[in-house]
Amino acid sequence: MKPRTRRLGWIVGGLAVLGVAAALVLNAFQSNLVFFFTPSQVAAHEAPQGRPFRIGGLVEAGSLAREPNSLTVRFRVTDTAQTIGVTYTGMLPDLFKEGKGVVAQGTLDPDGTFHASEVLAKHDENYMPPAAADAVKQAQAHEAMVTKTLVKPSGGGQ
Amino acid sequence: MIPEIGHFALILALLVAIAQSAVPLVGAAMGEPRLMAVARPAGQLQFLLVVVAFACLAASFVGNDFSVQNVAANSNSELPLRYRFAATWGSHEGSLLLWALMLSGWTCAVTLFSRHLPPVFLARVIAVMGLISVGFMLFVLLTSNPFERLVPPAAEGRDLNPLLQDPGMVIHPPMLYMGYVGFSVAFAFAIAALLGGRLDATWARWSRPWTTVAWAFLTIGIALGSGWAYYTLGWGGWWFWDPVENASFMPWLTGTALIHSLAVTEKRGAFKSWTVLLAIVAFSLSLLGTFLVRSGVLTSVHAFATDPARGVFILTFLAIVVGGSLALFAYRAGKVGLGGVFGVVSRESALLANNILLIVAMASVLLGTLYPLFLDALNLGKISVGPPYFDAVFYPLLAPAVFLMGIGPLARWSQASLPTLWTRLRWAFGVAVVAALLLPFTLGRWSPLIAAGLFLALWIATSSVVNLRDRLASSHQTGLLAKLAANSPSYYGMLLAHLGVAVFIIGVTLVKGYEVEQDVRLDVGQSVPVGGYEFRFLGVQPGPGPNYRAVIGTVEVRKDGRLIQTLHPEKRIYNASGQTMTIAAIAVGIGGDRYVSLGEPLAADNLGGAWAVRIYLKPFIDWIWGGAFLMAIGGLLAVSDRRYRIAMRRRDASLAAGSAAAAAD
Repeated sequence: MKPRTRRLGWIVGGLAVLGVAAALVLNAFQSNLVFFFTPSQVAAHEAPQGRPFRIGGLVEAGSLAREPNSLTVRFRVTDTAQTIGVTYTGMLPDLFKEGKGVVAQGTLDPDGTFHASEVLAKHDENYMPPAAADAVKQAQAHEAMVTKTLVKPSGGGQ
Repeated sequence: MIPEIGHFALILALLVAIAQSAVPLVGAAMGEPRLMAVARPAGQLQFLLVVVAFACLAASFVGNDFSVQNVAANSNSELPLRYRFAATWGSHEGSLLLWALMLSGWTCAVTLFSRHLPPVFLARVIAVMGLISVGFMLFVLLTSNPFERLVPPAAEGRDLNPLLQDPGMVIHPPMLYMGYVGFSVAFAFAIAALLGGRLDATWARWSRPWTTVAWAFLTIGIALGSGWAYYTLGWGGWWFWDPVENASFMPWLTGTALIHSLAVTEKRGAFKSWTVLLAIVAFSLSLLGTFLVRSGVLTSVHAFATDPARGVFILTFLAIVVGGSLALFAYRAGKVGLGGVFGVVSRESALLANNILLIVAMASVLLGTLYPLFLDALNLGKISVGPPYFDAVFYPLLAPAVFLMGIGPLARWSQASLPTLWTRLRWAFGVAVVAALLLPFTLGRWSPLIAAGLFLALWIATSSVVNLRDRLASSHQTGLLAKLAANSPSYYGMLLAHLGVAVFIIGVTLVKGYEVEQDVRLDVGQSVPVGGYEFRFLGVQPGPGPNYRAVIGTVEVRKDGRLIQTLHPEKRIYNASGQTMTIAAIAVGIGGDRYVSLGEPLAADNLGGAWAVRIYLKPFIDWIWGGAFLMAIGGLLAVSDRRYRIAMRRRDASLAAGSAAAAAD
């Protein structure tokens, strides 16, 4: 084989690997990207039904309840404007506490309950998970805007 | 006083580093030996000064000097001595100082072990490392001074993050940084070669041992980090595809490609430009990793935007290093040349294919790590790219690379023949296929993924056996020992590292295929069967600790009614921070671990009531880290090869002869 053909062969081979990689990446992105929604967005029906996504906010104080004789817990996640009920079966992370930030991944039931498959708290005492902090900040900014412009009654928090 | 001495030493080190980079570069350009000779003593002096600075910071931590802000924020007088020492690099500022220490340490090592290099080349290598030092020390001094005083001093420190109060965390960062920063040597060698416009097999022989040592340290560092995550994060995983992990994995993948490409450049003079490019990319990814972990972009892109000093500095530094070296590469690569030609079926081809696959896999990790950050930074929404993405992309890309590991070492350089390879390897292939198809039945459950994983591992092992057998058969020595001794340590290093990959794959395959995970509610005295074992919970008891309060659970493990061990998982609450930590109890075994950790108390009565308990069976999980250590040991064994030292001595001899001749003139 001539060196030129050989080089062409390598280039074609390299492009083929890249093509396969791109196909794998796109396919994996398509099915595995997890989007994040705040409780306000969920209340406004912006979140998808039947597809996993993440929610974040604060665990509402006094909302944590355990079902007897199982590891199922219920709690409410709030961004101070809207709240959403969450059920989860399993072990809660060390840093899970009422009034603290939380991020959960799962799916939304038709009745509006969030079925968490995973509760994340990979953060330390000093700060909230960034997504949770953002959710609260967004809701508060929205609230501030609504009250300032006085166009809509506050508390709607769409 | 001590912190001020440290601060002053660091400023001096910066000045020395400036001299270390500027003077030899000018000297090399002018061909002035006296200016070039500044490089070595300057590199050593800089190391000494950084050691002083680091020792001062360590002394402040060990001596509980809470008038230093960094100490007050990251230590506590109740903290045991070894963790006070480790806290030196537990904070952002301290870990950057460790980075600078490692960099000057590598520089000093180069000045000591590379005396045989041509003076112009050595001057350039040390100067380039000096430039990196300048960047890092400016970063430390301008944005992250670890010696900042706190006025008024704090009465007590805020404590080291309990997650870091662990023996694994004492050695993980130094190992990881040794690896990260070690790639700076390969980088400096590459830049020096580009500057000089000369790159040949000797160059590859010089830079190979440095690269391999750095790679071995990085391998150990990543393995220690993974082990730490397994036993301290309390959820039993060993790799999460977390951006922080990816940050260290990307330089590793590139470094793996680099050591293979260097082998080709040394033996065959081929892949020259590619090798130089890989050296630049490996170090750039080390810097990118430092940027990702240290700038705060991962915690929050927006927090980064509001306090940008650190991030902008590293980003600028990164842009200068990457942009500058790539520009130099584009300008000079033509001069370096591509190197020799080779056949389509040859060892070069196998190694090139392996390189392409490794780099594409690295790029897919890079994409998955950076894409969410970009989206977030541009306010296009928040997404997370989790393990499913990486699993779906990474395994299909690396599987062919692993398959090639069986063929490459047996293929001849330059031109190999497929029929010969097939004749030599058909038994190895057959045995691996049959065993991989049958083994899963004996292990419990057959699945295509388990069989595929086992096949790849067995294929590496059987083809290595064929490789060794053929080597011994073709040896002229008589007697097995003499035949064995006739092969070089670097050959055995290669075999060992490849077997390490096989061991690693077995660990990953079996733990993914057969692990059992169960979260259960257990009352005192209640027991639960998990995967052939019976776990009985006997309640918890309070236990004291040096700087925490603990509750210690007791869990008996029985098999067929016979007690085989008693495990004591712990739950700790640290005094200073109030933070809770789960300490899993793990019964380690070569065939797998039994892993028990405590969740939370489910009854109002903490000590007498039911607890949530997590029970895992992790078959063969320790093989994952065992494989990584075999890879690292293989790397170090390869470096011990005599030919690197012979090259050195020959060079010394010729230099001595040269200078004797010069003296006689």
